[in-house]
Order: sequence, then structure tokens, then C-alpha cells
Amino acid sequence: MSTSKHDRVVHRAAHIEQRVAAIESALADRGMKVADAINELGHLAQEQWIPQNGARVVARAWVDPAFRARLRANGRTAISELGLSMPAHHRHLVVLENTRTVQNVICCTQCSCTAFTLIGLPPDWYKDLEYRARVVRESRTVLREMGLDLAPEVEIRVWDTTADTRYMVLPEQPPETLGWSEERLASIVTRDSLIGVACL
Amino acid sequence: MDGVYDLGGKQGFGKVRYTLCAPAFHAPWEVRVNSLYSFSVRSGFFNMDEYRHAIERMEPLHYLTASYYERSLTGLATLLIEKGIVTQDELELRAEGGFPVSTRGAQGRTNVPTRQRFKPGDRVRVRPDCVPGHVRMPAYVRGKTGVVVSESPLYPFPDAHAHGVEAQDEPTYDVRFRSEDLWPDSVEAALLHVGLFQSYLELDQGGHGVLHDPLPESST
Repeated sequence: MSTSKHDRVVHRAAHIEQRVAAIESALADRGMKVADAINELGHLAQEQWIPQNGARVVARAWVDPAFRARLRANGRTAISELGLSMPAHHRHLVVLENTRTVQNVICCTQCSCTAFTLIGLPPDWYKDLEYRARVVRESRTVLREMGLDLAPEVEIRVWDTTADTRYMVLPEQPPETLGWSEERLASIVTRDSLIGVACL
Repeated sequence: MDGVYDLGGKQGFGKVRYTLCAPAFHAPWEVRVNSLYSFSVRSGFFNMDEYRHAIERMEPLHYLTASYYERSLTGLATLLIEKGIVTQDELELRAEGGFPVSTRGAQGRTNVPTRQRFKPGDRVRVRPDCVPGHVRMPAYVRGKTGVVVSESPLYPFPDAHAHGVEAQDEPTYDVRFRSEDLWPDSVEAALLHVGLFQSYLELDQGGHGVLHDPLPESST
């Protein structure tokens, strides 16, 4: 093989934690407040951006038809009524209503975009190559493998998050929960139902 | 670019490794990587389109074998180097070993000059463009025909924004495709909705294909 001054000597890759530490220390040595940012953003990612936010939105939509209409008309404005927000680059929230005959499912085939302030940072399987490759082409089989065996008459609508519009599924309310308090309703809404791979 | 990251519809993959209550993070370093990239975007070192494209530019074998947060780390390191904030030599010295980064990639492009405004119900065709740089049009819809369901607010045009090229912001359109039109004879029936920038679309003049079912009412 020929070499030139542009070729690098390729070393065996350092352990992943050493690579992370290398970036941290390189930025910190340039006077950046990296440790503070890691604490703050780590807290947001694990404690603030959680599926319980989306669950509150769903519970409110179930008990308040006027809110539900506002949510479907302009999701981003409606969630602010509950003190929730989205990052500046998510300018648009589309709420997809599941019914007995329509199952909406969210994916991101090119990376792993989600409405993370509402649904939480995406679970591992959502980011795996298998889900990204297969759910657009074999949606019914993939959902069945994930434990959701839909009746043949249910229409599946898959939403690929390829732009900066963000989606959240509004699952169907289980009939036995009619009349429950908003708080109790929120407690039964799972993250996977907000993505559309599970029903309640 | 037609990279391995563009996975929609690729065959041969096994079952989704699904568990109930699956975690977002598996190790503390993953949380740190997520914070470091967010910090870098917030600090203005690079934007989300540059970040996505830096991950797309990973060596294919590295991309396919790396975990999600290793891909994130690689995109982050690539951009910190390309922006002149650190050097690869410094990172490798600090890491006491190799620090693989992404390949260089091609140039970006600005908006398509003949782009049109669409309205819900319009039949549109995805332009058959092969874009060498960053593009948010999955290959599985290239050249295919669908129906506009809704229009979004204006967003930076990724094909330009990922490359520092001047461009106007554009709306995106949620376009609904029938899976059978995308992969004839080799697909399960479903409706696929893809968010596509205005520059990726043109009005379908041919009128072939029929609107098989009404537009979903919830699609605003």
C-alpha cells in the first residue's frame, strides 16, 4: 500500500470511555464548563425529558375534548398549557390519534429522531438497525413480534421522522378507565403506547 | 448520499430486540456523550444537520457495528476536529489509542430553484435526485408518488444547512405513500408518512395512481 503525508497511522481504537474522556478533557482544558453541562444536560435527559410528560398530555386529551381539539390543531401550543415544551428546532408537533381501526406508529429510519421532551430519549430498540430497517416494510410482522397482534382490519400508518416535525401517538383510552381521574389515567400511559408499538 | 445509514426497507435484518421498559441509556458514558453533543450544539460549534451528516459519513462497517452512542461520539469528534476546536492527534493522545472519525463527504447544495407550494390532497412525486451530500429524503421514496397530507412551518434546508451553504428555509410536507407502491409485491400493506422538504417534491402531472382512501382527518 502506498502512503502519503495525508495517511495516518491507524491505532487500535481506544476504549469508548477513554474516547469520551478525551473529548471532555480537551474541551475543559479550553476553559469550557463541560462538567456543569454534563450534569445539567444529563439531569434533563434522565429526569425531565420523560414519558410521564406525554402521559399527562394523553390523560388531559382523554378527559377534555376541547384540549384534545387544540392538541390536534397545534400540538406545540397545546402542550404549553401543561407547562411542557419542545426544543427550538422542533417547530411542529403532530399528534396522531389511534382508534379501533387505525394504528399509528412512529419511527426514524435515518437516525433516531423523537419528540424526546414528551416521550423521553428513545429506547434502545427504537435506535437499533432492525426496527429502523423493518418497521416501514413489515410493520404488521414487526408489531406482532413486539407483542402487538393487530386485527387484519386495523390500518397501520407508519410515520418516518425524516424532517423536524415531531410526532406523538394519542393511544385509545381503554373503556374500563372511563371516569377515572386525570392523574390516574396518566399513570397507565406507557412510553411504547406514545410511539405506537403498544396499545393500552 | 446513498449511505448505509439510510436503512428504511433494507432486508435481512432479524427480530427487533424489544423489551418492556427498555432503557434509553445502558452506561454512564452514554449519558455523557448525549450531554456533550447537546452542549456543542448549544455552544454553536455545529448545528443538528451537520451533526446528523457527520454520523452518516462514518465508515460503513464502523457505522453498522457501532452502538447508537458510539455513532453519536464519532459524529461529535469528527465535527470538533473539522471545526478546528481540537485535533485528532490530541484526542488520540488523550485517549491513549485510536479515535476513529468519519470520512470527509461531498459538498452541499442550495434549494431547488423550481420548487413549488403544495396543498393537502395534492399528488406529488419525489424528484429522482441523487444528492451526494446530506439529504433527508430516504431512498425508498425516491421517484415515488404520494399524497400531501399537511405542511409544516419553515425549517432550514438540510442539504445546505449541513454544509454551510446559503439557502432559504423551506416547509416540509407530510406525504403519504402506499407501501405497495414503494416495494411492489414485496411488502406488507400499510400507509407510510414521510416528512419531505419542498425541494424534494414536484407536482405529479401524470396522474397515474389513484387516491385509494380518504385523507386522515387527524393530519394537521
